[in-house]
Amino acid sequence: MIQVKNLIKVFGTKVAVDDVSFSVEKGEVLGFLGPNGAGKSTTMRMVTGYFRPTSGSVKLCGIDMLEEPEQAKQRLGYLPENAPLYSDMTVASFLAFCAEMRGLHGADRSKAIDRVLDLCFLDNVRNQSVDTLSKGYRHRTCFAQSIIHDPDVLILDEPTDGLDPNQKHEVRSMIKRMGKDKAIIFSTHILEEVEAACSRAIIIDRGKVVADGTPESLKKLVPGANSLDEVFRSITRPDTEHKKAA
Amino acid sequence: MNNRNIQNTIAVFKREFLAYFNSPVLYVIVVIFLLASMGFTFFFSRILDSEDVSLTERFFVWHPWIFTVLAPAVGMRLWSEEHRLGTIELLLTMPVSPWQAILGKFFAAACVWLIGLFLTFPIVWTVCYLGDPDMGPIISGYTASYLYAMACLSVTCAVSAITRSQVVCFIVSVAFCMVIALIGDPGVTHTIVATVPSWAEGIVRFISYFSFMDHFFEMTKGIFVFRDVLYFLSVVVVTLFITNLALRAKRA
Ligand SMILES: Nc1ncnc2c1ncn2[C@@H]1O[C@H](COP(=O)(O)OP(=O)(O)O)[C@@H](O)[C@H]1O
Ligand SMILES: [Mg+2]
Repeated sequence: MIQVKNLIKVFGTKVAVDDVSFSVEKGEVLGFLGPNGAGKSTTMRMVTGYFRPTSGSVKLCGIDMLEEPEQAKQRLGYLPENAPLYSDMTVASFLAFCAEMRGLHGADRSKAIDRVLDLCFLDNVRNQSVDTLSKGYRHRTCFAQSIIHDPDVLILDEPTDGLDPNQKHEVRSMIKRMGKDKAIIFSTHILEEVEAACSRAIIIDRGKVVADGTPESLKKLVPGANSLDEVFRSITRPDTEHKKAA
Repeated sequence: MNNRNIQNTIAVFKREFLAYFNSPVLYVIVVIFLLASMGFTFFFSRILDSEDVSLTERFFVWHPWIFTVLAPAVGMRLWSEEHRLGTIELLLTMPVSPWQAILGKFFAAACVWLIGLFLTFPIVWTVCYLGDPDMGPIISGYTASYLYAMACLSVTCAVSAITRSQVVCFIVSVAFCMVIALIGDPGVTHTIVATVPSWAEGIVRFISYFSFMDHFFEMTKGIFVFRDVLYFLSVVVVTLFITNLALRAKRA
């Protein structure tokens, strides 16, 4: 459902994303791993059509993002990094706006709002201004926005960032549940999360894909490593033989 | 435009328009606008003391300067706020074209000015009470005034697309609007013509033709000049095109 081919993004002289290709099928949850500044957010911004790639192509459900951006974006739900929200709105009016932008009106819209308020445990802050929400609630509101139209493709940039352990667990199991009939990409630098929620993971370092496989197969990449954590540290550390091997 | 395009534009418009009424800034601006436009008319132009109750020389004459400052105050949040909050990333990854978003936002701010100008009706009521004014110049005066506000607003819209700071946007936009107003001022043109070599005089006169001011005053004189309406509308169209380019450049 998501096909990314030879994606390159150059900022000035800096190559932020360097020839990244992957694809995600329906029913897959892809974990996007990498140290800070590796190019995870930049890749996601290109997949969602926010950034224009320097070169390469992105297809969602067979629709080319560069040729038919509006059609492709219709299939897409996106949670940007830091969960931005319009600070002058209430949770319900924000979700109503997002639903309308997705072409949901009238009864369909109310139903969609009620569904996500329920799913993301936002019912008790329904009429609260988003400006006064705590970080966890802000995150969940923005998350609710991304699933309001029940999209086929879901892109989540650090969906568990800044949440407490209970909320992290909740979001992870939600991702896993929704992963059954969607194609999901989420980025993180927490490795247990990958084992908990992903069917596949990609490790990206300095703009390049350095490993791609199931969490189990990634563990086998580095002989002697018994946790994903060790694998991560050894293949994303610059100038080691493991990196070349990967 | 098909149905879906219009619905998107309306959704953006509605959100933006309500956002204005959720913030105190709008009320402050409208009150300042009313105080300034009425105050200047009654106290500086002394409309009550004169025999002639024409609004052109006493009421509309102040509007370009008021809009130079207040239109940027209304427009500065349009894209700057979107950049600052990061919501632009949400907005532009929704199935909406940049044009639908630009138009929705611009119309919301334009509507605010429609309300602002409407609230100056007591002045029309006053001149009707004092005498029997010709409605023609009043209508064309309001049209000119509104178009002037739209021109300042669209300039602000373009500036706000490139900065995340509302303050920077405000200052830069006021400066732009002021320069575009002043280049047509006969005094200013005269001074510049006197200092440049003679071959450049034509260029100066040509540039001064693009001032908002000339077009504004020709319209307020009561002759409904199609050319001037077209001028203001093309200013709006061109600056909204620049907004689109600026947004695309900002997205990298
Ligand atoms: N708009 C931009 N302009 C210039 N450089 C950028 C921009 N966005 C990201 N970068 C650079 O690209 C690199 C990758 O950033 P990012 O994708 O945010 O990393 P990650 O999300 O993996 O932490 C970083 O070095 C960052 O400085
Ligand atoms: Mg990031």
